[in-house]
Amino acid sequence: MKIKSQKDFWSGLLFVAVGLGFAWGATNYSFGSSARPGPGYFPFGLGLLMAVLGGMVLFKALVVETDDGEPVGRWAFKPLLVIMASVALFGFLLPRLGLAVSLPILIVMCSLAGDEFHWKDAVISVVVLTVGSWAVFIKGLSLVIPLWPKFITG
Amino acid sequence: MDLLNNLGLGFQTAFTLTNLLYAFGGAVLGTLIGVLPGLGPVTTIAMLLPSIYALDATPALIMLAGIYYGAQYGGSTTAILINVPGESSSVVTALDGYQMARKGRAGAALAAAGLGSFFAGCVGTIIIAAFAPPLTELAFKFGPAEYFSLMVLGLIGAVVLASGSLVKAIAMILMGLLLGQINTDVISGVPRYSFDIPELTDGIGFVAIAMGIFGFGEIVANLSRPSEHREVFTKSVSGLWPTAQDFKDAFPAVLRGTSLGSILGVLPGGGALLASFAAYTLEKKSKGRPGEVPFGQGNIRGVAGPESANNAGAQTSFIPMLTLGIPPNAVMALMVGAMTIKGIQPGPQVMTSNPQLFWGLIASMWIGNLMLVILNLPLIGIWIKLLTVPYRFLFPAIVVFCSIGSYSLNNSAFDVYMTAAFTLLGYAFFKLGCEPAPLLLGFILGPMMEENLRRALLLSRGDWTTFATRPLSAGLLVAALLMIVVVMLPSIKAKRQEAFKEED
Repeated sequence: MKIKSQKDFWSGLLFVAVGLGFAWGATNYSFGSSARPGPGYFPFGLGLLMAVLGGMVLFKALVVETDDGEPVGRWAFKPLLVIMASVALFGFLLPRLGLAVSLPILIVMCSLAGDEFHWKDAVISVVVLTVGSWAVFIKGLSLVIPLWPKFITG
Repeated sequence: MDLLNNLGLGFQTAFTLTNLLYAFGGAVLGTLIGVLPGLGPVTTIAMLLPSIYALDATPALIMLAGIYYGAQYGGSTTAILINVPGESSSVVTALDGYQMARKGRAGAALAAAGLGSFFAGCVGTIIIAAFAPPLTELAFKFGPAEYFSLMVLGLIGAVVLASGSLVKAIAMILMGLLLGQINTDVISGVPRYSFDIPELTDGIGFVAIAMGIFGFGEIVANLSRPSEHREVFTKSVSGLWPTAQDFKDAFPAVLRGTSLGSILGVLPGGGALLASFAAYTLEKKSKGRPGEVPFGQGNIRGVAGPESANNAGAQTSFIPMLTLGIPPNAVMALMVGAMTIKGIQPGPQVMTSNPQLFWGLIASMWIGNLMLVILNLPLIGIWIKLLTVPYRFLFPAIVVFCSIGSYSLNNSAFDVYMTAAFTLLGYAFFKLGCEPAPLLLGFILGPMMEENLRRALLLSRGDWTTFATRPLSAGLLVAALLMIVVVMLPSIKAKRQEAFKEED
């Protein structure tokens, strides 16, 4: 069978998988009865409903003709992974090294996600954004964010 | 006159220095992000949610509201001057507005948009003030069954008007509802889907989802496209004021747009986007004076109508949020999130339990609109300069604000990791052509919906027909069903696709 719409095919699959996953997970919780619905009642129904809708999307993707097959296209793995990694790393480093160190790392790293990377631009961003964030978040809104690394402040 | 007393209280609240400052700040920020394409009010409000921890509820909401309607103004400025709609609701403004600008009548177009929006904003504010109390009265008559049906209607309404496939949009709502199930069950106290991760027993942070999907997901999507070449309109904006003839042409269009926008804004799923599309169609259909410029070639009515409509719609979409606690669109969903962060349970009781917040917010909308007119007309030149900020400087800034924001939610790295994870989901949705906004609505409404469903079933002793036999609830469900049927009808389906084609 030929897939008529790649986009719909994969999203249908995603919906079915997530729906069934949640419905299956819901079986771990008490289902209760209609008169006394338990914690598993609502997610179980929702999950099944979503799987059904996902099935409809899948069906359409396999049956209804489209002009160009609606390709998903190439995944932009570089920006995706770079952004995700730099954000996660920032979350890891911030409580340990403080804003003054982890923020420049985040900025330089995520700047690499773009097509054009120049050290000069990155340095400008680092200076402006680090000072700006300090002024806005720590000075202005007095959020409890460490500024300097733990090993310095003790 | 209750209305006057209430508005009096509102203006008293709104005219304090702090609140004026936050209204101004929100309006400026809103205009700013409206001007910048690729940075919408949803992203910005999501970005700012953590910062409102430090603020009182009233200034915080005033600021967020300012961002929302400020974005409508800013979006139209760029739509007219450089044919880049900063906001999806300004897409139709670009059709005639840019043509006017090319003919050297940018000033007239901008003034028509600004003044039309201001007029619409004033009317919208009065409508909210007048209709919110009776609607709130009605809301108190709602039982769990009615609330559940109303949420169904709200969610369905939100998707039938969205672009793209209806089934996919409903599936996205369900995914949002399911993600909302990751929490500790309110009734039995059982943690669900937590995988023994303590942070998950409180549920996924709403901000993490919003930032990951709308903030970072969009950045990745933008970066994956070849860098766009923006056509900057070099001609300076001269002759700000429209001629007397312009006023004569534009005024009826403003009136029509305002009424249409006010009505559509209240409907679930309505708001600014739909209002502007509908108003443009209406203007095209209604007869103008003989010899006026045809539509698509710089007709001032094509600017004034949709611009008034989108502002009126933006304004009146606060009504369902303020009175029922049910967000009609993603921005309002974020406002509900903001209220919950500040410990206010959104719903009909807000008006009685926090009258200052309620009326202050409404009064501040009018003040904010006034500020926007004053701000926008003289400052247009500066906004245009902003457009020259290259994306390679813009996106690291967004990443920084979102990252710090998500960390500061609970001062824990866990929320940052979640945000990073949702980036993947957001980008996947982009690649698969799934609109993420319904997911957010579902996520916000999920826990409320479940609670009301289960309470309704408890009250009816497990009888599902309770939703159909209680008249109010049945009416709401029928309305939801009608919406689906109407959208499924082929002729309308074709029109709907046509209307949204221009958006892509």
